[in-house]
Amino acid sequence: MNAYVSEAGLPLSSPLLSVKGVTLEYRAPGRVVRATQNVSFDVWESDRFILLGASGCGKSTLLKAVGGFIPPREGRILLDGQPVQGPGPDRVVVFQEFDQLPPWKTVRENVAFPVRVSGRLGRKEAAERADHYLEKVGLSRFADAYPNTLSGGMKQRVAIARALAMEPRVLLMDEPFAALDALTRRKMQEELLALWEDVRFTLLFVTHSIEEALVVGNRIALLSPHPGRMRAEINSHEWDLHSGGSPEFQAAANRIHRLLFDEAGAGDGVQE
Amino acid sequence: MSEAPMFVAAATTRPMPPIRPEYERALEPLATLASEEPLALHQRLWQQTWLRKGLILIALALLWEVVATLQANDLLLPSFTATMRAFFEDMSNGIIPGRALNSLDVLVKGYVAGVVLAFVLTSLAVSTQIGRDLLSTLTSMLNPLPPIALLPLALLWFGLGQGSLVFVLIHSVLWPLALNMYTGFTSVPETLRMAGRNYGLRGLRYVLLILVPAALPAIIAGLRIGWAFAWRTLIAAELVFGASSGRGGLGWYIFQNRNELYTDRVFAGLIVVIMLGFLVENVLFRKLEQWTVIKWGMTR
Repeated sequence: MNAYVSEAGLPLSSPLLSVKGVTLEYRAPGRVVRATQNVSFDVWESDRFILLGASGCGKSTLLKAVGGFIPPREGRILLDGQPVQGPGPDRVVVFQEFDQLPPWKTVRENVAFPVRVSGRLGRKEAAERADHYLEKVGLSRFADAYPNTLSGGMKQRVAIARALAMEPRVLLMDEPFAALDALTRRKMQEELLALWEDVRFTLLFVTHSIEEALVVGNRIALLSPHPGRMRAEINSHEWDLHSGGSPEFQAAANRIHRLLFDEAGAGDGVQE
Repeated sequence: MSEAPMFVAAATTRPMPPIRPEYERALEPLATLASEEPLALHQRLWQQTWLRKGLILIALALLWEVVATLQANDLLLPSFTATMRAFFEDMSNGIIPGRALNSLDVLVKGYVAGVVLAFVLTSLAVSTQIGRDLLSTLTSMLNPLPPIALLPLALLWFGLGQGSLVFVLIHSVLWPLALNMYTGFTSVPETLRMAGRNYGLRGLRYVLLILVPAALPAIIAGLRIGWAFAWRTLIAAELVFGASSGRGGLGWYIFQNRNELYTDRVFAGLIVVIMLGFLVENVLFRKLEQWTVIKWGMTR
């Protein structure tokens, strides 16, 4: 019933989400652009899996493909062993843009509505669950406000509450804090980690910030740009918000920086 | 002239900000704000829009009265008071309300049919390429065509009666509304569309639950324009004919009274046309906007 209580099933036998050899393309006017090429990775239950790369590495496109919005040109995306077909409430996306919340619904309706229309719960139960998750993100006081009266950080909190209320198999976040100011971003990262401690959802998180990747994730996939290919997968479970200034943290950040930028210029110089 | 030496001086003795002592301060609770001072009565009154506009109306009525008295020809320009007398007379004996109801009856029929057709056409346009081409071809062809120009044809096809009026009304509502609806649908943010599909919404439910409310500012604007076109078209069409089946509307009331040289009643009819148009455009649609898109912060 509850998708999150998975600690009992710790000897995990298979990954929750498998991306196998995925090549993605999108149409630009007059040509087809290859966004990622032959990308593979596995996300396990309760992972905080980060897709990290410079802009243009296709990480957002990859996330949208997992969300079911873009069918892969080649390769397969499997959720619980089943191929992903189209968008669905088992993979909820939190977008970067603030206009992801329907402005004609109050905060509570915004969280309850998808639970109700996806046929999970009745009207009353959906409202109760909305209140539950709004309390978790600290927005109970604003349940009856309309989104246009909220700040950017609060809108993102609503989007997170909405996604959590769906209790999806995997929570997809597309640079959710990139449009926030630095202070709010830091606070949101803290809150996201606290929520993960509480609920233990599975997270696939796209970012272009090395610090954010190290702090939020437990495993980071590095993508090289044009088109996106897997550069490395590294562990980052030992870092949290308090390890910011330590020399080890700096070393890890430098290592990622080197993997992303330095050798791309030397080794892959022939790419274009 | 004098900038150059100063610039040199600035480069040699470069200005340094002084180093000042630091301080930290415990914040005291804010003192109660100075009590707000109410504006004087006449200032507050002058801020009321309805009062200012009412004054303009009174001034216009006075001007009308003066000009009519000076001109002293009731056939060409009856005075404001005479017009008001005729207005209240025909209001109380039920002629004007009856005519207005006839007009509104036809209007609502044509308007609703136009709105339904516009919705169907726009849904087609949103979902298929050929529907899009159909809509853009038809609107660019028929939108510039004044509805009243279709009236002779409508009379030929549907005869004297409501059918012809409804036909031209549909024509006047359909194209501007379809155009606005389509623009509204296409300008729904991509993120919101993806969020809607993420809920698992498809087909008609997706259109009704996501696209329509998200496009509501444009749809209301289209409904407004459609209404304005329809109202003007209807009165004009009734002026041309409308005596059909003895159920004439306001246009017919104006036309008939002009024929009988009751100019004061002509003015009374015009005032009713203005008032009804004003009520719908500035009260009904305004309220609709306030309850929806303004409350949601989608428009101001």
